[in-house]
Amino acid sequence: MPRAPRRRRTPRRPKTNRVGLQQRDYRGKPSTLCKGCGHDAISSQLIRAFFESDVRPHRVAKLSGIGCSSKTPAYFLNQSHGFNAVHGRMPSVATGAVLANRDLIAVGVSGDGDTASIGMGQFVHLVRRNLPLIYIVENNGVYGLTKGQFSATADENARLRSGEVNRLPNIDLCGMAVELGATYVARSFAGDPKQLVALLRGALAHNGTAVIDILSPCVTFNNHPGSTKSYTWGKTNEEPIQLLDFVPAVDQIEVDYEEGTTQDIQLHDGSWVRLRKLGRDYDPTDRHDAENLLLEAQESGLFLTGLIYLNTKKRTLLDTLELCDEPLALLPEHELRPRSEVLDEVFGSYR
Amino acid sequence: MSNHPAVAEVAVPRRPAPGRIVNDLSIQVATVNGSGSQSSNLVLLRSLFGMGIPVGGKNLFPSNIAGLPTWFTIRANRDGWVGRKREVDILVALNPQTARSDVDELSPGRAVLYEEGLRLDRQRDDLVFYPAPFQKLAAEVVRETRLKKLLANMVYVGVLGELLSIEREEIYRAIERQFRRKKTAVRLNRQAVDLGAAYARENLPKRDAYAVAPMNENEGKILIDGNAAAALGSMFGGVSVATWYPITPSSSLVEQLEGFLKRHRKRDDGKATYAVVQAEDEIAAAGMAIAAGWAGARSMTATSGPGISLMSEFVGLAYYAEIPVVLWDIQRVGPSTGLPTRTAQGDLLSTYTLSHGDTKHPCLLPASTRECFEFGWKAFDLSERLQTPIFVLSDLDLGMNIWATDPFEYPDRPMDRGKVLSRADLRRLGGFRRYADVDGDAIPWRTLPGTDHPGAAYFTRGSGHDERAEYTESGEAYVRVMERLGRKFETARTLVPPPVISEADGRSPVGLIAFGTSDHPVEEARVRLRDLAAIEVDYLRLRALPFSPTVLDFITSHRRVVVVDQNRDGQLLQLLRSEFGERIPPGVLRSLRHFSGHPLTAATVVDFVTEMEIGAGPAAGSTASP
Ligand SMILES: Cc1ncc(C[n+]2csc(CCOP(=O)(O)OP(=O)(O)O)c2C)c(N)n1
Ligand code: SF4
Ligand SMILES: [Mg+2]
Repeated sequence: MPRAPRRRRTPRRPKTNRVGLQQRDYRGKPSTLCKGCGHDAISSQLIRAFFESDVRPHRVAKLSGIGCSSKTPAYFLNQSHGFNAVHGRMPSVATGAVLANRDLIAVGVSGDGDTASIGMGQFVHLVRRNLPLIYIVENNGVYGLTKGQFSATADENARLRSGEVNRLPNIDLCGMAVELGATYVARSFAGDPKQLVALLRGALAHNGTAVIDILSPCVTFNNHPGSTKSYTWGKTNEEPIQLLDFVPAVDQIEVDYEEGTTQDIQLHDGSWVRLRKLGRDYDPTDRHDAENLLLEAQESGLFLTGLIYLNTKKRTLLDTLELCDEPLALLPEHELRPRSEVLDEVFGSYR
Repeated sequence: MSNHPAVAEVAVPRRPAPGRIVNDLSIQVATVNGSGSQSSNLVLLRSLFGMGIPVGGKNLFPSNIAGLPTWFTIRANRDGWVGRKREVDILVALNPQTARSDVDELSPGRAVLYEEGLRLDRQRDDLVFYPAPFQKLAAEVVRETRLKKLLANMVYVGVLGELLSIEREEIYRAIERQFRRKKTAVRLNRQAVDLGAAYARENLPKRDAYAVAPMNENEGKILIDGNAAAALGSMFGGVSVATWYPITPSSSLVEQLEGFLKRHRKRDDGKATYAVVQAEDEIAAAGMAIAAGWAGARSMTATSGPGISLMSEFVGLAYYAEIPVVLWDIQRVGPSTGLPTRTAQGDLLSTYTLSHGDTKHPCLLPASTRECFEFGWKAFDLSERLQTPIFVLSDLDLGMNIWATDPFEYPDRPMDRGKVLSRADLRRLGGFRRYADVDGDAIPWRTLPGTDHPGAAYFTRGSGHDERAEYTESGEAYVRVMERLGRKFETARTLVPPPVISEADGRSPVGLIAFGTSDHPVEEARVRLRDLAAIEVDYLRLRALPFSPTVLDFITSHRRVVVVDQNRDGQLLQLLRSEFGERIPPGVLRSLRHFSGHPLTAATVVDFVTEMEIGAGPAAGSTASP
């Protein structure tokens, strides 16, 4: 058989998204974290999610506290402003940035130490205010950057490599978030990229505080046998509560599933999350369901992942403050400084 | 008990004869916190003000909501000296808890107006006593117990008005202003005043020396507290994000700011061009304000010492990452909770260098409500120009007490938004280096998040960075950045408000340096020293840190320079010493330190300078006043 003439291989054109960017435009600086660190896996999924959701990078503000996890905003979205602040205070920094410029898409990255200990107060109040923010907790059960001490999310009776045992009960950040009124609460795993990307894209389409607590193994200090925050443990124990698809507003949503097996929830920007049921009859828009689920997981030591709670109705901090539509940071002088007659008027009112 | 001769024996005409003490008196109203005497105190203050007499009011209150003693002092002075006066001339004793000791402290010849049940007249025979049944008189106006109590306060205004010859019309006007549209309240309070006045006319012949008479010193002036003035200054400075956590004496700054913004910074559709957020604590307040400044808003927070301590870490970040933000510190007495409702200047050192590592921050030092307003807007210009935190150090006396002032001057220049590169700039330049000194003033250029240009973004961090805002642990890069920040502080030195110097012609050997609320007693003391002791005191009033070079010139051109501090350790003195070191000749600086929590008095300054010049002369840095 005559051989087909050898075709000159044209280089495959990298995919371009709707805003004309390639995935590599969403990359950051090379990571300085340990090889295999769960946090790097999460950065990769952030890159993918922002690329796939056609986000213009200049509209994004990356905020973080202090920790290995909090370093990661330098490792994704190079074309976005980033602010690596002080330990435990990412929520206040995100709040200030969003108040100044409500057009910003704010992504906060924090760690379990950063959020569940030193930053607990700010976490609580941020959630309570429902600031539009994607709040990512890269949860490894230890303080990575200070060399592996237990954090407050470490499970009771978990063991460090040194043999040290954690005798205190863990704090469940998803449980707290639901209780405090967060409007988008999810749990995921750095080793489950598909689910994570869908959750991140859903969070991008949501208007309000989206808390995503992600098991993100610390390969250096908490990845040993016996750890409940290791890759192996995650892989073995992960139990998704639903199969999750993100359907952008621009795509047609087709209903070709059997009645009662899926739930489509429309998000703020018109896109959808499609939830395909897996065993459990679970409705993430029901807060009682969410609380019961988390209680069950807590009591039985289950690693349930997926979209736990979603409320698209609650007003955000920006609504509460009745902010004008334009970013405060960009208001012109005549909007910021009242005229001199106003000063006379105020002065007159003191007479 | 005192054995001074009684002054009350002689029959005295009800109207003071000429030669009596007219328009120079201090009134102290001693009450119980929460008794509702504040309105009557304000009415009293405003009626004197309405008569055109220079007047000021100070509230000395406990850290308590109800039950503890509180004093309100009013000083009226024809020459305009309305700072705190050591002596009380007229005591209004309404608080059984403190009445006896309040009476004990009076100098002979002073007058005491008191609830007759207290029977204070037996305590001393060298004072003029005016007993009056305030409660009983109030009962003639209303029955209801709570209202009766409130009105009793207004009865003393009537009695005092009659005794001091305060114009009744002015009292009425002050009542109307106080209760505005509440018609019944106006009527009842007027009645209470009338009853008090009638009682005094019939039962209390005038026997003391004090009286007031109309003047014309308040034309165009208003009465306002420093926190309101600061709030107004901030609004006219274009504040768009204000964050705070409640703490006395700064709460009323942001509370009043929010009031002004609601009225004057909402659009017709009700949408706000500002955000005010009551944060969960001062750390969050600082974080929000700093990030808002980072993102391009004019942002501020206001607090007092304990809050400043909590903000320390964040302020270091803002300094090192070069982020504009304005922080008001309404100082109160520390350390710790200290005397939370008393005044001090104890945060000078801690704010100037707040945070760990090498940090220094420009600090503005307002001395009047006018300067609270002026520095209110200027602080934003400075912080955005210098890309650094700017502190404004007011204090409880200035912030919460009531001062007469001329109109504030509307900002005389457009806002200075500092070095911000726009998208168009970036297109032209191609890119930029965030922390490079391209203009020689050590101030770098910045971009705001949201700027639509691929080269706009940079990474802000509190960790080591180089000119390109890249992470580095290089010692050389660190030194370069820190040296530049040091140079930037020199630029700040040329931009902050310069000191105000007032010197006599013949160059006195005696100089005095003070700041903030020490100004009022110092100015009064200078006049008294000139008139009574023929001592000329040249005066440099500091309005900001870092020092301008004229401060050293002032010191070296005087033989003795009194440095006035309202703190124990002479914090301003320490700063002068550390800044100018050997260049200050030995023995020149003398430290006057006052830190009782009460405002400084002119008498304290007069005593100090007199002793230094005529008496034995205190050794440098050894005298503290009570
Ligand atoms: C005020 C303050 N206290 C302590 C530290 C030290 N510190 C740095 S990172 C860290 C813990 C980080 O843990 P986590 O947030 O879980 O991040 P990880 O490194 O595990 O990703 C601590 C305690 C600090 N930077 N600042
Ligand atoms: S120490 Fe742990 S958390 Fe930190 S980079 Fe290494 S693996 Fe990641
Ligand atoms: Mg951790």
